[in-house]
Amino acid sequence: MKWLLVAIIAVCNTFGDVLNTAGMKRQGEVEDLRPWTMLQMIKRILRNPLVLAGFGALAVSFFALLSLLSITTVSFAVPATAVSYLLETLLAKYILGEDVRWRRWAAATLVAFGVVLLSF
Amino acid sequence: METFVQPAADVKVENRSGGRKTQILVILVIVTNVFGNIFLSRGMHDVGRIVSASPLDYVRAFADPWTAFGIAILAIWMISDLALLSRADLSFVLPVTASAYVLVALLGHFLLHDHISFARWMGILLITGGVILAEETPARTTTGPPEHLIPRHRR
Repeated sequence: MKWLLVAIIAVCNTFGDVLNTAGMKRQGEVEDLRPWTMLQMIKRILRNPLVLAGFGALAVSFFALLSLLSITTVSFAVPATAVSYLLETLLAKYILGEDVRWRRWAAATLVAFGVVLLSF
Repeated sequence: METFVQPAADVKVENRSGGRKTQILVILVIVTNVFGNIFLSRGMHDVGRIVSASPLDYVRAFADPWTAFGIAILAIWMISDLALLSRADLSFVLPVTASAYVLVALLGHFLLHDHISFARWMGILLITGGVILAEETPARTTTGPPEHLIPRHRR
């Protein structure tokens, strides 16, 4: 049960972030950081199915995390976070078409191991 | 931090002010993440342990000013994170914003005198290395949205 929840957290977190990125790229770059522009961005997000699906996936991941925390300790959730970094980089390359070269792979790997060490 | 840009053939090279806006968003995402979580955990500490299936108990927790303030800051984090993802690659944003972990650990150490074990120092070092490596790549390597994710009639 624990590992099933860890898998759900990792997968939903990954898909949530990938869907949010795809949705925001489709919506177009936020050109400036004024509050009015941000408000317009939020209004468009409410009609953006990719970002809404991303929120849904992140919500599932959040509730799976709450369930996991209710049956075990925080350190058990760490592998899910660490795996998400690598899984998201993989999908960023193959689904979002980002140019992921050795520096970004190395960065994601270092962060994943770093997150595990931080939990000690 | 100056971004080292490696232009590839079909890569849009960011202009100076565009790059600066992306960097402001990166900093905003990191700072709001750190302080939102600090205030939220302070608030939840005041509220006490909630083991309940009733949503009302969670709503009651929002009445605590620290919790409410933490949630407000995390809302700004969510909005700035989405704005950042509209401008930068996910594979850039993920490792760069992981510096929030480092900031939380260091703030805990210097402000709250939390003990940092050798393993945790190594973790901080690895994450910092990852942040520096990712910072050396261009923030965005794609020109538009991924084509296959757009409905045909909108292309």
